[in-house]
Amino acid sequence: MTLKLGVPSKGRLMEKTFDWFAERGIAIARTGSEREYSGAVEGVDGIELVLLSAGEIPRELASGRIHLGVTGSDLVQERIADWEHRVLALEPMGFGFADLIIAVPRCWADVDTLDDLDAAAAAFRAAHGHRLRIATKYHRLVRVFLRDAGVADYQLVDSQGATEGTVKNLTAEAIADITSTGETLRANHLKILSDGLIHRSQATLFKSRSADYSDADRVNLRDLLDRLGLGG
Amino acid sequence: MQDKGRILAQAERLHVFFRGAGAEPVQTAILQPAETLLDLYGEDIRARAYVTSDALRGEQMLRPDFTVPVVQMHMDSAADPARYTYCGEVFRRQERDPSRPNEYIQVGYELFGGDSPAEADAEVFALFSEALSPLDLRAATGDIGLILAAVDGLSTTDKRKAALRRHVWRPRRFRALLERFAGRIPLPESRKRLLAEIEAHGVEAVLKAAAPEIGLRSRADVAHRLHALVQDAAEPPVSTGETELLEDLLSIRETSVHALAHLRDIAVDLKTIGPAVDRMQARLDALAGQGIDVDLLDFEASYGRTTMEYYDGFVFGFYAERKPGLPPVATGGRYDALTRILGRGREVPAVGGVVRPELVLSLTEALA
Repeated sequence: MTLKLGVPSKGRLMEKTFDWFAERGIAIARTGSEREYSGAVEGVDGIELVLLSAGEIPRELASGRIHLGVTGSDLVQERIADWEHRVLALEPMGFGFADLIIAVPRCWADVDTLDDLDAAAAAFRAAHGHRLRIATKYHRLVRVFLRDAGVADYQLVDSQGATEGTVKNLTAEAIADITSTGETLRANHLKILSDGLIHRSQATLFKSRSADYSDADRVNLRDLLDRLGLGG
Repeated sequence: MQDKGRILAQAERLHVFFRGAGAEPVQTAILQPAETLLDLYGEDIRARAYVTSDALRGEQMLRPDFTVPVVQMHMDSAADPARYTYCGEVFRRQERDPSRPNEYIQVGYELFGGDSPAEADAEVFALFSEALSPLDLRAATGDIGLILAAVDGLSTTDKRKAALRRHVWRPRRFRALLERFAGRIPLPESRKRLLAEIEAHGVEAVLKAAAPEIGLRSRADVAHRLHALVQDAAEPPVSTGETELLEDLLSIRETSVHALAHLRDIAVDLKTIGPAVDRMQARLDALAGQGIDVDLLDFEASYGRTTMEYYDGFVFGFYAERKPGLPPVATGGRYDALTRILGRGREVPAVGGVVRPELVLSLTEALA
């Protein structure tokens, strides 16, 4: 058995992940051709690099097919039910920042807080005959957040992309999406609710609680975590 | 893992018991139109029910409970009173606790119509009490109708009362609203700024500054709420006396007889709860008539506020005190408002409950 480390297979997230490990004295790199998804970890024994789409890493961690994985904390919390019991967040990595927020049209002069959103949703439902629609791909996180806040009379509609455009296209009245700078929101005449921050996400190194760890794996894991400054 | 055959035998025993009490056995489809359930329960139901779909009928849900389809079935019938019993699987998605079952059997008894709501409440409660009597369970009772009546009695605007009524089933938001209306917490800074801007420049100017208009929620919708906010800001707070009466009512937790006396005291100052207190008195009399010892029956005014929001009167549940982690063995209550929503203009008094035979079985075996 080897310890499997899942990292994002492309783009800035992959590069930043490689840099993060390199800064801690562990060289990881893709091997083979540009199109081949395989890689190597140098300097630590018994660790295999698995290149995966960042969106698949939560599932692989939850099922225990990989022992360690780098992905956004938003994806882990959204996609793994009962995530605290199935993975352990070892270390936030300081990049890949993105805030999951609730935004409404800027023309809603009367709405600034969740309180307002709830009251507006009640009035909207009475006037328009259906619940106030919030477009998102983060169904679980948004639902839990709004339930805890006691917001009613809304419904979630699925939006897997271009979510900021749904209000103008009349397929939703508000959105819940990730934003890093807020520019796209502004360009689409949307504003963030002052208490509408659902989750502050960043790339995080996770450990699977359900993967099998042989004695050798445990030794290698300890060695790796020591090298990363995460031991003890 | 319990033997399914023995759970079914236990379910059948309860089903026969309810038939013996005069209920007509009914069945419902397992697949229910999702829209009706979503309309009733909101987005939360998606976290609790399995959703599936086909190209013809659209979104369907695996029956999360029987109440809705049984009410729909009854609303097309002229029988009064009508008693129904059912027995079958319900399906509940689980996101947190893997030890909770995602499908289990419910056996239910529902009573529609009749002349006396108090007698109907007592009949249903006494039946469940009798069915479960060998198990030595603790019965919890409450009455959402008292809370609704107390809210109606506050000396404040209809809008504020409606906001409170809407959140009776979300205790935390209810409390936040009450504190706001009572003036105990200040308005958020953003609201103060908004009100100041409206006062200085008028609603039109505020709307103009927030342009462009996008989305289905129109400028008129926004203007309407801005005016409502201005009106609300001019309202005096709900008095300390009334707020404390309501809080006192919500915190009642004693035996039914003591609770009734306590409620009578509150009703001296909060007169609107008088009829609801009378109904509770009538219910206790009817329960005593059914052989229930009301001197020992617990009453908790806030009981039932965190369950699905269709109970609007008497509520009850039966709990195994020796197994605190166990879900309630049986639950039920009055849901007149649900019949109004599903009845297309018709409303029928309705009260009922469900029992989980697999819990009855495991408790019975633990006794043996």
